[in-house]
Amino acid sequence: MSTEIKTVEGITKESTQAMIDEVLELYPEKGKKKRAAHLAPNDQASGSACVKSNKKTVPGVMSARGCAYAGAKGVVWGPIRDMVHVSHGPVGCGWYSWGTRRNLMSGITGVNSFPMQFTSDFQEKDVVYGGDKKLATLLQEAKDLFPLAKGISVLSECPVGLIGDDINQVAKVAAKELDIPVIPCNCEGFRGVSQSLGHHISNDTIRDYIIETREFPDPIGPYDIALIGEYNIGGDAWSTKPLLEECGFNVKAVWTGDGEMDRIAATHQVKLNVIHCYRSMNYMCKVMEEKYGIPWIELNFFGPTKIRESLRKLAELFDDNIKAKVEAVIAKYDPQMQAIIEEYKPRLDGKKVMLYVGGLRPRHTINAYEDLGMTCVGSGYEFAHTDDYDRTASEMPDATVVYDDASEIEMEHFAHILKPDLIGSGIKEKYLFQKMAIPFRQMHSWDYSGPYHGYKGFPIFARDIDMAVNSPTWKLVEAPF
Amino acid sequence: MANNLGLKVKPVTETPESEVKRVAAWINTEEYKEKNFARQALVINPAHACQPLGAELAAHGFEGSLPFVHGSQGCASYYRSTLNRHFREPAPAVSDAMTEDGAVFGGQNNLHEGLENSYKLYKPKMISVFTSCMPEIIGDDLTAFIKNARIKGFVPNDLPIPYANTPSFNGSHIHGYDAMLLAILQTLTEGKKVEGRCTGKLNLLPGFDANTGNIREYKRILEAFGIPYTVLADISEVFDSPNDGTYRPYPGGTKLEDAADSVNGKVTLALGTYSTAKTYAWLKDNYSGAHASTPMPFGIAKTDAFLLKLSELTGKPIPASLKEERGRAVDLMTDAHQYIHGKKFAVYGDPDYLLGLVSFLLEVGAKPTHVLCSKGTKKLEKELQALLDSSPFGKEGKVYINKDLWHLRSLVMTEPVDAIIGDTHGKFAARDAKVPLFRFGFPIFDRVNLHREPLIGYQGVMNMMSTICNKFIDVTDETCDERHFEMMR
Repeated sequence: MSTEIKTVEGITKESTQAMIDEVLELYPEKGKKKRAAHLAPNDQASGSACVKSNKKTVPGVMSARGCAYAGAKGVVWGPIRDMVHVSHGPVGCGWYSWGTRRNLMSGITGVNSFPMQFTSDFQEKDVVYGGDKKLATLLQEAKDLFPLAKGISVLSECPVGLIGDDINQVAKVAAKELDIPVIPCNCEGFRGVSQSLGHHISNDTIRDYIIETREFPDPIGPYDIALIGEYNIGGDAWSTKPLLEECGFNVKAVWTGDGEMDRIAATHQVKLNVIHCYRSMNYMCKVMEEKYGIPWIELNFFGPTKIRESLRKLAELFDDNIKAKVEAVIAKYDPQMQAIIEEYKPRLDGKKVMLYVGGLRPRHTINAYEDLGMTCVGSGYEFAHTDDYDRTASEMPDATVVYDDASEIEMEHFAHILKPDLIGSGIKEKYLFQKMAIPFRQMHSWDYSGPYHGYKGFPIFARDIDMAVNSPTWKLVEAPF
Repeated sequence: MANNLGLKVKPVTETPESEVKRVAAWINTEEYKEKNFARQALVINPAHACQPLGAELAAHGFEGSLPFVHGSQGCASYYRSTLNRHFREPAPAVSDAMTEDGAVFGGQNNLHEGLENSYKLYKPKMISVFTSCMPEIIGDDLTAFIKNARIKGFVPNDLPIPYANTPSFNGSHIHGYDAMLLAILQTLTEGKKVEGRCTGKLNLLPGFDANTGNIREYKRILEAFGIPYTVLADISEVFDSPNDGTYRPYPGGTKLEDAADSVNGKVTLALGTYSTAKTYAWLKDNYSGAHASTPMPFGIAKTDAFLLKLSELTGKPIPASLKEERGRAVDLMTDAHQYIHGKKFAVYGDPDYLLGLVSFLLEVGAKPTHVLCSKGTKKLEKELQALLDSSPFGKEGKVYINKDLWHLRSLVMTEPVDAIIGDTHGKFAARDAKVPLFRFGFPIFDRVNLHREPLIGYQGVMNMMSTICNKFIDVTDETCDERHFEMMR
């Protein structure tokens, strides 16, 4: 962690607070009061959160948040490639989350890999009479049609919880009859305030239904680790897993990007959990630490500076063998990364970026931009908690604006004032800012590119950022007449 | 821990390669197809979304209208991102972020706070409210809630707040579109009917159609006729707005006063009978002037019928320019028919689109072989069957109602076709069957700008013909051996 206080010319705590106050003036009194606690200038030296978080979204604002189901289906369970994930309830939720996160999968679709939409497609009669029977039938059908599926998750949508169906009982019976794990996940969208509770509920169901039910056939070695909170967006895990292997580790399981159910279920045997997305999977890391004594370590695979720091931090926990391998890996890739920086930095140096993403990237990517000479002038999360904001304070320049569950009008206002050269956020924000002629990259999905993680990812990240910021198309926006 | 359940601990196993190969071959068989078609409960890869998505599209089609989801914020995010991805445009909408306590106490507080905030923040001229699952299950009374919101002063009395019940466990996105459109028109036209007044305009209902090019094409045709018109609802500017450096949350849409005055229209014409069924039924009883409904004008015959209907309803002759355009479209079809004649197609989509696409294929001598709608009715089945029966090219065709894209996959693997027509979600089936997918549907997530390319009218015929025939020629060029790689095609 750097202790040097970073500043941005023209940005002071006062100027940031004034900008926040202006946007708060747009709200009615009650809304203003609620939102005020979620917007603040960063206090880098404090190393602690400057905003409130994980609170209910203010009704009527354009929030980017999703729901608990989205956190369960889209984030934690959905990426496990060899399971059938049933969206239990009406047709929409599963349809909207079908293939839209870009957690890539190996295998053959419909055979041993299931990036598909499975739903019970609730109708009025299911709401009236309950959907438990339908669920029991469809679980059997799934098993019959997809015999190589290792398990089935049942992800509840809003009506299921509201009408009081007992999916846990149905799952219990089906698991026995079908002889595969059937995991009931009560992740109805109305639970909690964002995706975040869906992550937690899903972690709990891994704890309750999966972990310890499998064991690796070979004896566990000293370098056997699991990679947690890596979702393989645009192939990220296909960059980070080989990188860890090059450093001498055996990655026994990836949670859950391109994940395999059996390996996840046997993760209680590993020696160390390496976590990337803390927000979505810290729960199970803590459970495994408490229950099995498995330590865990948070790493950052964005940009050469953080990768280097992370690998060394990791090596510290191991012997000289690993330390030597890690140094060799760094020595091998550093010059390659330096070449990338030399290519792109001249075009990106001094450019300003505003970030607004989910639960990790608003802090984890800041240094990757800095590697390219860019400065983060604002950052915030859709669904982070205080511990995320604590971790963010030291990464962001001092006095820059922090926004939690930002509404579109806030983002728009900050962008008008800060005039960033790039905004990294989501699909709902993308076209708004592009209409304002502000270059934009989707930082949830890597904008259909990637990977961005690891040494394989940084050159692609750098190319994409350069492409967005320096596209000649932005110069055409203003008509000469 | 899971072990507490008393489950037997098993070793981590890899599925043997031979097993993977066996199942990979098995899922392409007739035996698998039978098993697949025997499904009673599990729906796999459906080609339809839920009602509120369609409601949001309708809500965007009016000037200054802010779509407002009464329900969880996650629902709103899903609808918005779907529209963002398809149009590659902003889709500003809000929700009142109902959570667990809403389930217990009802959603009135959320709705009120939501109306107050969204009105002040986003300055809409109209707030169009529709529901997702939660308020539908708990039975929120929107009529009372909105009335109370006005009484308590959260929104001005004169702000139109149409609201529609759009339960996701009933119908599909097209029904939500219909419900929202109906609510908007009922709200805006209330008390606006003036005895003896006639706007002289034609009201055009394009129905659920996420192709801005189609809407622009309707307008161009009406302008060629010289028919003054009001499109209900006009999404063309909203989802195809220029980039001039300024973000406008409401870049277009049907003007509210035009929509209000549409009740005094000269003629009202609904295109397609499925996605505006309820609206049209209500209009017939409430709107002045003549009312008619024609199929969406896909292909030559249905475009002819559309133009004849316009002429009949307005007394205006069909403009020479459109007759020439028809000639050009037919010229193109006769010139290019050899690349499409006899080709077998699997087609799926929304009812009104399906009827149009099938009739276009038949008139060009192609064979719609598998015709599938994942949310349809017996009436649609009959109508599609009658269409197939009307042509010798439809003889091999079969209609599948309430079947999904996993059924479709079985069909194209066991009874092969030359191409599939549908939306982006068909790309897996198309890849497995090794045939092209023509994206004439919604949503299109994986190609750029196709939603700007009209499919209706003579122009649409030309676009579809060119796209299809040139792709087939590409396939020939890409797959033929050296000796048959020729200069001319």
